[in-house]
Amino acid sequence: MVQDAREAATAPGRRSAAARVGRPSPGWAVPGVLFFAVFAVVPMVYAVYLSFCGNWGGLGTPQFSGLSNWTRLFQDSDVRQATVTTVVLTVLSWAFQTPVALLLGVWAAGRERNRAVLSAVFFIPLVLSTTAIALLFKAILDPNFGLATTIGPWIGFPDGNIIGSPNGALIAVAFVGGWQFIPFHTLIYQGGARQIPEVLYQAASIDGCGRWRQFFHITLPQLRHTITTSSVLIIVGSLTSFETVFLLTQGGPGTSSTTLSYGMYREAFQGFDFGYASALGTALVVVSTLLSLLMVKFSGFGSMRSTREGM
Amino acid sequence: MVGAVCLGLLTAACGSGSGSGSGSGGGTLTAYVYGDGAVKVQEAAVAEFNKTSKVKVKLVEVPGDSYQNKLNAVMGSPNAPDLLYNWGGGSIKSFVDAGELLDLTPYLTQDASFKSSFLPSVLAAGALGGKNYGIPMRGMQPVVLFYNKTLFAQNGLQAPTTWAALQTAITTLKAKNITPVALGGADAWTEQMWLEELLDRIAGPTVFQKIAAGDSSAWGDPAVLKAAQIAKQLIDDGAFGKTFTATSYTNNAAPTLLGTGKAAMQLMGTWDYSNQLANHKDFATKDEGWVNFPTVDGGTGDAADVVGNPTNYWSVNAHTKNKDAAIAFLKAMASSDYANKLVANGDVPATTSAKSLLGSSPNPAFAQFQYDMVQQAPSFQLSWDQALPATQATRMTTEIGKLFAGQVSPEQFVTDMKALK
Repeated sequence: MVQDAREAATAPGRRSAAARVGRPSPGWAVPGVLFFAVFAVVPMVYAVYLSFCGNWGGLGTPQFSGLSNWTRLFQDSDVRQATVTTVVLTVLSWAFQTPVALLLGVWAAGRERNRAVLSAVFFIPLVLSTTAIALLFKAILDPNFGLATTIGPWIGFPDGNIIGSPNGALIAVAFVGGWQFIPFHTLIYQGGARQIPEVLYQAASIDGCGRWRQFFHITLPQLRHTITTSSVLIIVGSLTSFETVFLLTQGGPGTSSTTLSYGMYREAFQGFDFGYASALGTALVVVSTLLSLLMVKFSGFGSMRSTREGM
Repeated sequence: MVGAVCLGLLTAACGSGSGSGSGSGGGTLTAYVYGDGAVKVQEAAVAEFNKTSKVKVKLVEVPGDSYQNKLNAVMGSPNAPDLLYNWGGGSIKSFVDAGELLDLTPYLTQDASFKSSFLPSVLAAGALGGKNYGIPMRGMQPVVLFYNKTLFAQNGLQAPTTWAALQTAITTLKAKNITPVALGGADAWTEQMWLEELLDRIAGPTVFQKIAAGDSSAWGDPAVLKAAQIAKQLIDDGAFGKTFTATSYTNNAAPTLLGTGKAAMQLMGTWDYSNQLANHKDFATKDEGWVNFPTVDGGTGDAADVVGNPTNYWSVNAHTKNKDAAIAFLKAMASSDYANKLVANGDVPATTSAKSLLGSSPNPAFAQFQYDMVQQAPSFQLSWDQALPATQATRMTTEIGKLFAGQVSPEQFVTDMKALK
């Protein structure tokens, strides 16, 4: 998004104006770069180093142990399961959040007072803390005292044992995460939809296009970069999602909703094996980065074409 | 973990500031303690000690769940405390291995009255490799089987002291649509209690003693498989109801099932009694009964054995500059004055003097039961997740969660446990 804006500001024709004013000196970037280096790069490098240290619980000096954490990582059946769980959760989250947010966003982009008020109401979940949301849903989904016995039978859990059954727990985590973040993605789609030139719709209705055809032939194609942006955010967010799992299901029942990041937390802060946890964390960073790069490559987002091209 | 949870329920946490500073400097002893509702007993003891001692104790109250994390971060650093509150066993093993803790055995053997003030089984649970590292300083927390006396009487059932009585109770109650046993299975440590008790009743304490001593292959003992199979049978029989994997102890769901008569039994640490007293007073005072875990058919374990958290301990930093003052402070834990304060707080101290004081407890009958149970116990098995080093304990609770969720068979469970490192 940021890059998009900068691209627009320095588009040909404006560049000479920018040159006249003079680019800001690189010195301005020093605080930002320093902050990033101290709080992101250094810890990340240290985590990679720790992933080659065995059995370090925080006491004394970490001992180098070669590849032992990494060989274990690839043999650990719990890690394999957590990887599958993480991918399933990511797919579920994307499949739930994208259509809902897209439709809501396009609807909210219309300029009308009622919509403005309703959009503000939809936005509320985003300003609640993740902790509050997870605890709220934990209470709602409690099979003994919550609404789970009422809701459960509608969605195939006759006992109301939603967060207590393997599939139900994952669905609940995906739903609660979606409930929280759909407003955010709605906002992105709303912004994107408002950028679509009105004339396209006017031309289409003159040609006799109905609302649905307008949606599929104008709105959706015009929003393709917005979809990519929102999807990358959803995917990276779900790959690293932790709080909802931690508070709602504690990775359970058993390990059926244990994601990689929750597994990492357990190894590090409950098991005090920072070496193995660092190996997990490093693997997660590599996988998330690769996935986002792939997304960008195959969606054509990298070419940074303006959606207004051809206007 | 069990200790952290039970104490967390009492939350009246108050963090006293300035935790840092010269840990072992000059004329002060820094003492880290779990800051919850029970800490007022330690506050009083410190005030009493400081009246006469040249070296003053400074209590640092670390609130709630972060205690073990903070301790792990600070031990081995120059800011490490001189005295540290802990759960014994695995919670201090890494400190002992790193040579950070003082061996208290000589001080106990030198002063016979110091040693004999504590119940032997409890003192032993604070030892590692035959050396004492902990002095008991809070109440005992054995695991007992609570049951609803009224529900049992209404259905013509006997107190669940034998396996047959437990089985009959499960079948009868299930037929009446009452959950036989409340189990907060969303927290794996509540499930762990069942395995601990079953293994002890089947084969006695030796199997787990081997495991705790570092022999993971002891998980392969046939008794572990049998315990896992019985647990699986209980689950399949519906002893815990159908939704136990979504029921939590920490948010009070499981205790509420027992307290409101929706469930008839619960296997839990004795701290749950004060919990019931606070939330379901009528139940706690009129209907609640308690027994030690029943025998298991064909088992060789002594039915008088106890599992749970023996108590909390003070350990001493090996690098403290005020060793003598620290030992003097520990000896105050053996005094009947200190035991009195614990009793008034509703705790049952792990001291031999406690017996005569129990009459002044908020519930003398329950206090007496706990005291006798622990005092007569041939063995007091520390909760598994406290007895093992944190790395193993975390992986073990994961495996227990998988067994109870039906993700692994009892056989696979044994295989996975043998591979624990």
